[in-house]
Amino acid sequence: MTKMKDNKLSFLKKKENVTYAIVIAVWIIMEILLKAGVVSSHLSGLLVPMCYYAIVAVGLNLCVGILGELSLGHAGFMCIGAFFSAAFSQIFKDSLPGGLRFFLALVIGIAFSALFGFLIGIPVLRLNGDYLAIVTLAFGEIIKNILNSLYLGLDSKGFHFSLTSMLELGMEPDGKTLINGAMGVTGTPRDANFTIAIFLLIVSLIVVQNLINSRDGRAIMSIRDNRIAAESIGINVTKYKMLAFTMSAAIAGMAGVLFSHNISTLQATGQYFGYNVSIMILVYVVLGGIGSIRGSVIAAAVLYLLPELLRGLNKYRMLIYSIVLIVVMIINWAPAVLDKRQELMMKFRKGNRKNGTA
Amino acid sequence: MALLEVNDLCIQFGGLRAVDDFNLNIEQGELYGLIGPNGAGKTTVFNLLTGVYRPTEGQILLDGKNITGHKTAEINRDGIARTFQNIRLFSKMSVLDNVKVALQDRYHYNTLTGILHLGSYKKLEKEMDAEAMEILSVFGMDKDAELLSSNLPYGQQRKLEIARAMATKPKLLLLDEPAAGMNPNETAELMDTISLIRDKYKMTILLIEHDMKLVSGICEKLTVLNFGRVLAQGNTKDVLSDPEVIKAYLGDE
Ligand SMILES: Nc1ncnc2c1ncn2[C@@H]1O[C@H](COP(=O)(O)OP(=O)(O)O)[C@@H](O)[C@H]1O
Ligand SMILES: [Mg+2]
Repeated sequence: MTKMKDNKLSFLKKKENVTYAIVIAVWIIMEILLKAGVVSSHLSGLLVPMCYYAIVAVGLNLCVGILGELSLGHAGFMCIGAFFSAAFSQIFKDSLPGGLRFFLALVIGIAFSALFGFLIGIPVLRLNGDYLAIVTLAFGEIIKNILNSLYLGLDSKGFHFSLTSMLELGMEPDGKTLINGAMGVTGTPRDANFTIAIFLLIVSLIVVQNLINSRDGRAIMSIRDNRIAAESIGINVTKYKMLAFTMSAAIAGMAGVLFSHNISTLQATGQYFGYNVSIMILVYVVLGGIGSIRGSVIAAAVLYLLPELLRGLNKYRMLIYSIVLIVVMIINWAPAVLDKRQELMMKFRKGNRKNGTA
Repeated sequence: MALLEVNDLCIQFGGLRAVDDFNLNIEQGELYGLIGPNGAGKTTVFNLLTGVYRPTEGQILLDGKNITGHKTAEINRDGIARTFQNIRLFSKMSVLDNVKVALQDRYHYNTLTGILHLGSYKKLEKEMDAEAMEILSVFGMDKDAELLSSNLPYGQQRKLEIARAMATKPKLLLLDEPAAGMNPNETAELMDTISLIRDKYKMTILLIEHDMKLVSGICEKLTVLNFGRVLAQGNTKDVLSDPEVIKAYLGDE
């Protein structure tokens, strides 16, 4: 309630704004380094993936930390976003300008992952209990396997699809192959770049952080904290669970669109879309602090980059990675450390207040 | 017409008739007590009234409207709010947000407005803040608004549950053992709070309580339950001097 409009630091008073500031600072620093030509091609190739893993972690945190439901299938939603948007971009590769095409690809990818999230939510979120984890785990694997054997083509007669072979599509000679079974989608225009990825990360942050501070967000968190009490004050539990889960899936789909428009060959392999990836994203969320959106972004960025950057140190790579996991765990979960952090935060806030009024 | 009219309510869990042939009439503005030994079925009555359980038989009318079989959330919108025997706060949310989330049925803006923080967002949030703070100040908790609700002392947590229930603007307030686990000071404070709600909001209250001092001090009428059945019903004085009641309930204290 204290007014501090004259304080230059007042923008950073809100914890949400600190998150945006960190992301923008990273973007500015990396852009300068990239322009200066001091970034290795290895690292520069990691920047877009870093952003899409941060985005999917933000989306998963909405499901796990804010709604309080466990999902083990977010790689599956990413996969859907990636494939549907890549197929779309294939169709309009030559007929639409890059910017508009990517925007529409985003809309398509997000819409389809949201749709799948919604369809899964209808039966599962009505139940009270940990059914979502098992269903999403199965969903992720099924989606990956279907997309691995899906053939999709387009000719003047419309779409053709098959689960066995290209030949079975019976396409006209001038038809376009969109998805070629295990070979996936090849030649997707590389419409994504680091700046777009940062922009989309900020969009996902705005959506989730604003949601948390809104009517719907409070309803969602009340269900997480106590479903029975939420019902007793008139909250429509199923509706808000559906809303949160669908949005969470949609955000994962957005990350998928970045994924497919950052590489020329998209394949539904376990390495990129298997359950192990879903669990890796969950690790980002848990280590970043369940319910802490900023924590998810930082954990995803650090924990994604670290093993990649340590590739040179072959022997010690996993050792260092494990140590970092343990340290992050202690920083974000040990009660003593949390208290200390709280204290420091209070001091920082108070210090600012003094500066501001003096 | 009674505000709450319960006719021949009955629920069976397996072989157990936890509540049997239960009748109750509460007039607008009354402070009504529901007492009885542990396991008598008092909480089950609340769960039936609020749609947590569906009655096997019987009928519940609120303000003349049949609400039997309605879902819990609907029943709250129909006008019944409650607290819980085991505190059920939104523990990872602030004290203020615990109340704001209960207000939101009366402050509508859509999801998109909420995500963009545009349009009516600022205005409605401000109004919600103001109303929530007003409710909290009635309960003397406005200074704790920013605290995490789980960091409140026990007695305050119970109060916050009442504040949250009141924020839904109910016609009937159900309190399940509000004084449970409180020390005499806290209990006295709670009695003041309950009287305050009555006077300020003209609230009709049905409360379950073990603390006889509290019950005889504030309740005008009582129903005594024993093994799921009504043992006695009527004015507090008459009921408490009923020999059956003394034998079944007060006698074994
Ligand atoms: N969901 C349920 N399933 C089975 N038995 C129940 C259930 N809820 C309550 N009961 C039983 O109903 C009886 C009354 O319980 P309750 O209403 O909690 O009593 P109290 O009067 O102490 O609040 C108890 O014997 C309890 O075990
Ligand atoms: Mg009870």
